[in-house]
Amino acid sequence: MKIAVASGKGGTGKTTVAVNLFHILSTKHNRRVQLIDCDVEEPNAHLFFESKQVGPEHTATQLIPSIDNNKCTYCRKCAEWCEFNAIVVIPPAHFAEVNPSLCHSCGACLMACEYGAITEHPEGIGTIRNYDPGNKGILTEARLKIGSAMQTLLIKKVKQQAMNDREVIIYDAPPGTSCPVVETVADADYVILVTEPTPFGLHDLKLTVALLREIGKPFGVVINKAGLGDRKMYAFLSQNQIELLGEIPFLRSYASLYAKGEMLRHIPDNIAGEYGVIIDKVMAKGSGR
Amino acid sequence: MKTVITSTGNNAKSNFDLRFGRAAWFCVLDEETKKSTFYRNEQADATGGAGVKAAEKMVELGVSKVVSGDFGPKAKDLLEKFNIQMVIIQDDRITVKEIISRITKSK
Repeated sequence: MKIAVASGKGGTGKTTVAVNLFHILSTKHNRRVQLIDCDVEEPNAHLFFESKQVGPEHTATQLIPSIDNNKCTYCRKCAEWCEFNAIVVIPPAHFAEVNPSLCHSCGACLMACEYGAITEHPEGIGTIRNYDPGNKGILTEARLKIGSAMQTLLIKKVKQQAMNDREVIIYDAPPGTSCPVVETVADADYVILVTEPTPFGLHDLKLTVALLREIGKPFGVVINKAGLGDRKMYAFLSQNQIELLGEIPFLRSYASLYAKGEMLRHIPDNIAGEYGVIIDKVMAKGSGR
Repeated sequence: MKTVITSTGNNAKSNFDLRFGRAAWFCVLDEETKKSTFYRNEQADATGGAGVKAAEKMVELGVSKVVSGDFGPKAKDLLEKFNIQMVIIQDDRITVKEIISRITKSK
């Protein structure tokens, strides 16, 4: 079963929930679990484990075209076909160049060129690493190269690291509702939306709910930091018939363990119990399929 | 010598546009004849690469100087490659006409 943990608003506790589910499923439920950190711009799930890197680091690449000035006739067809304005051709100056930071590797320019002047070569967009977090699970993360705009491609590549022997795969999604989030949830069987009961949390949750309804993904909501803010979140969930999977209470002591990186070492009983309820509800969705 | 001034509208009474790649119009001033011509920036609403395309346009128009509010790194690289001087003015309350008169008076 593939479960994506997403939010809309940043800082609601996606990684907190993803990491706890991963840890509790591995240790208490004896499930074979893999956590894939899809927040490739700032992967941080590994910080919660005393994890050792296992296996080699892979470099993920994209194909970048380059233009051979000896073959190029400066006809500008490739530049016109490029949807991303990544190709600059200035005929009088005999100038033709690809800007790798704008290129999305779509291959249109190769099709456009009638003179065989364009060839592709791989260029790194980020690194993929596997970790042993010490709980029998596997933790995989991708880290985007600074300046690269290819988050979505890198997310696609890190998801290819999913292992066949895993019963549960958890995707920790990036915040927001744009392409990287769509890519993360694309092949998930179920999406857990983590939110906080504040006006900001509600505003962004509404956007994410609209997105998931549009792409037809089943989802439920976990309210983190319950007890803060107001009750409008609860009203929204019941009006829209959205399942509340569980609530993680806001506890200052828990927040301070989190800040010390010791969140998983001392999970308070009531919080562990709440995660147990969430796990039972979510796993039941998988078996019902 | 030709100079481009980024403009929010299609005539000299328009306000100066602080944006380069996303400027609404480009005013091309011929400093010898003092004639100015306005070109609409076709790439003003591009999802990406507007600055590069604007820089490409400058090379095509054969200008040697561009006056705008700022230049992004990709546009800057290309303008530098073609020895086009970048002049920054950070005041969007002045009109294109005022900039033209500053340029022509300093001659």
